[in-house]
Amino acid sequence: MNILFYIAGLCSIIATAKMIACKNAVHALLYLIASLLSVSVIFFILGAPFIAALEVVIYAGAIMVLFVFVIMMLNVSSEGIKEERLLLKAKTWIGPSIISTILFLEMIYMLLHQSFHPMVVKQLAPLAVGELMFTKYTVVVELAIFLLTAGIIGAYHLGEKEKTTLHRYLKKEELIV
Amino acid sequence: MTIPMEQGILLSAILFSIGLTGLLIRRNVIFMLMSVEVMLNSAGMAFIVAGSAWNLADGQVMFIFILSMAAAEVSVGLALIIQLYKKFKTTDTDKASTMNG
Amino acid sequence: MKELLWIIPALPFAGSLILAVLGRKLSRTACAFLGVGSVFLSAIFTVLVGNGFLENNHGGAPFHQVLWQWMDVDGLSPKFAFTLDTLSLTFIFVITFVGALIHLYSVQFMWKDEGFAKFFTFMNLFIGFMLILVLADNLLLLYLGWEGVGLCSYLLIGFWYKDPANGYAARKAFIVTRVGDTAMLIGLFLLFMTFHTLNIQEILVAAPREWSSGCKTVIITTLLLLGGAVGKSAQLPLQTWLPDAMAAPSPVSALIHAATMVTAGVYLIARTHALFDLAPVVETIVAIIGAVTLIVAGLSALNQQDVKKVLAYSTISQIGYMFLALGVGAWSAAIFHFMIHAFFKALLFLGAGVVIWVMRDEHNMFKMGGLRKKIPIVFWTFFIASCALSALPLVTAGFYSKDKILWLAYASDKGSIGLWLAAMVGAFITALYTFRMVFLIFFGEAKEALTNRPGILMTIPLVILAILSFAGGFIELPDNMGHITLFSDFMQKTLPGTAITVFGHSTEWISQIIAGAVAIIGVIAAYRLYYDKHFPFEIPDRSALDKFFYKGWYFDGLYDKLIVAPILFLSRIDKNDFIDRFYTGLVSITQALNKVLSATQNGKVRWYALVLVIGAIITLTILFYP
Repeated sequence: MNILFYIAGLCSIIATAKMIACKNAVHALLYLIASLLSVSVIFFILGAPFIAALEVVIYAGAIMVLFVFVIMMLNVSSEGIKEERLLLKAKTWIGPSIISTILFLEMIYMLLHQSFHPMVVKQLAPLAVGELMFTKYTVVVELAIFLLTAGIIGAYHLGEKEKTTLHRYLKKEELIV
Repeated sequence: MTIPMEQGILLSAILFSIGLTGLLIRRNVIFMLMSVEVMLNSAGMAFIVAGSAWNLADGQVMFIFILSMAAAEVSVGLALIIQLYKKFKTTDTDKASTMNG
Repeated sequence: MKELLWIIPALPFAGSLILAVLGRKLSRTACAFLGVGSVFLSAIFTVLVGNGFLENNHGGAPFHQVLWQWMDVDGLSPKFAFTLDTLSLTFIFVITFVGALIHLYSVQFMWKDEGFAKFFTFMNLFIGFMLILVLADNLLLLYLGWEGVGLCSYLLIGFWYKDPANGYAARKAFIVTRVGDTAMLIGLFLLFMTFHTLNIQEILVAAPREWSSGCKTVIITTLLLLGGAVGKSAQLPLQTWLPDAMAAPSPVSALIHAATMVTAGVYLIARTHALFDLAPVVETIVAIIGAVTLIVAGLSALNQQDVKKVLAYSTISQIGYMFLALGVGAWSAAIFHFMIHAFFKALLFLGAGVVIWVMRDEHNMFKMGGLRKKIPIVFWTFFIASCALSALPLVTAGFYSKDKILWLAYASDKGSIGLWLAAMVGAFITALYTFRMVFLIFFGEAKEALTNRPGILMTIPLVILAILSFAGGFIELPDNMGHITLFSDFMQKTLPGTAITVFGHSTEWISQIIAGAVAIIGVIAAYRLYYDKHFPFEIPDRSALDKFFYKGWYFDGLYDKLIVAPILFLSRIDKNDFIDRFYTGLVSITQALNKVLSATQNGKVRWYALVLVIGAIITLTILFYP
């Protein structure tokens, strides 16, 4: 079973790397979905089946679908050619890559200096999660509810269509029959 | 199965760096949002790894909260992207760098 | 009653402060009441305090009132204290009384002006500082008042600041008097060095002990004090600022440049008379300066066409008379002339203000004419003042004061026939230009119709001052005409009497008859030349000599070439020395920093994210570096 972890890990890394290098937005989205699915497998291996399911349903199923809708609405795909030209320039990605590599190396350094104990993975049922969520973390659940409500209302208002006001000479006259 | 915890955290770190690189490189705002999602996901994975190391469900609860927060953020962010597109007729963030006042 | 002395300067300062803070919010009537009322109350208090002072000792012993210790530094410990004796009582009487009348006049004169409250703020401030100057107990407090009146003069000359020419005139006045002020300050340094105190009474008592008559230190000190007096009183060589100061509104000219500030020099010399008595050379110089100035200014006045400039040169000339009197040791005569001059000169300026006001800001005398029938009260008061200025015999106050000076210029032990002659010539010129002015403005045919009429607030001060110009002289009749010496008795409690070398009433009679005759000849000459003559040109043709006199004997040009041009040249070539580079360097550094730092705020999200990551790297490095 350990090998599954490494395979899924490799999958997610490759999918994410291809995602950020992709020019077409929809293709990148699909790569992202592949990455999320492999992460879900990793979660299952780590003994969190509930979360694995949640990852697929919500993350890959709802959030990515939202992304797809917006990309379709904005017709971004037609500008993929422009993106291509920009990405080919080395000077665009050499700087940020170096910086994020430095950050990554720092994180590895911190990791290596910790002492971890090997974990024995046990399956943790959804029941355990639910118990914990509604007793110890009740307040945080309420806060998350606030957040989601605010998100709904905000998204609704932001998505409202602006009323275009025409000059009165441009308005069509109403015919009185 | 025994997976050393460092490797789980290492995987999370790798995904985070890749997402960060994507955020810094891409100019298209949708790609930036997707990179942010990758970073959130990797942070959540770190939580799950830690939770399963202690055999507690706390890590999973944390991940649920991160997930809900990501969902809210994405919905509002995409609505903002639509407004941005209407204003600037492009999704290039460098074009949206005029500051008023 | 005399304990209320401190209220006399305090009231104008309080009025000025209230108007400065609340002036914009108060209505015009309230401002007028406040501005005029404070000076008016001061005048009433002057009468009360003077009464209380003169009751018991008839003014013999001066009255000191210490308010507080100003500072106490290393031997210099002046107090904020007032001394009331007959000299300062005369001065505060003139200042508050004439000041109150002028304030009343300027209510109507400045009614339409938008800076109404500001005007009264500055006028009250001026009266406060002038009162401090004359009441001061030590020379440092006097210098405070001196500088204060200079400041107020600057503020009031440049009152109509929107016209830059007024600003230049104010600046010129301030800078020229500054030259005198610096000389006076160095004189004060010398005095402190010698006496270790600046208290006036102590200095006057200790001076004869410390300095022998005619020693170098006392000559230098008195010369420096004279420099200050010359600057403030607009005598040669620092007289160039007064004609330009006529850019001020007419009440300001009446108050500052006729009655009070320009007489501060006379006050200074009279106050420190003991020092001047120790240096006869300097006294002679004072007399000569007075004599020369009065002729120079008189000739310049003869050629002006602006009515206020005529009056300005006339003021310079009359103060020359006062300096002449001080120089020959006729102290009380000088103060008497100061008082009478304040009355008629203020009246002349206020009358000129009315004329300019009704002629809609027309200053040129040759454009005026025939105002006699239109504004009769103004004509009669102006006429009375002109008679006083020309010293027409027997009926005017000016005759008694000027005649005394003329007589003592000859008869005093420091006088001479030359000074008497100069003063006589000056009297002729005075009568000539005065009546030239009267005939040009009030007689002849009227050129334009008038729109404004002066109201009662403008007329009452004119009438009161006219009565004083007529009757003020009767308190001091000469020896041979009744010998009433009310004023000189009053003065001699503080200032010494004059030593007379020529005795005999007959010589005095001759001097008086000649003086009277000269004045009348001057009037007749003006009548011949200017009455009912047709002057087609507004600016009359001038020969070169006329031009010389018109420009005030070209002193302005001289100073321009000698002093102003070299300084401007030096400042032009010294534009970029290292001190300037320091300041421009500061500016350049700031601008460079601005460019660098504003580049970090370019509005690009990617850039901000990058900076965030770099910050995170740095933080982690700091935290985990072993």
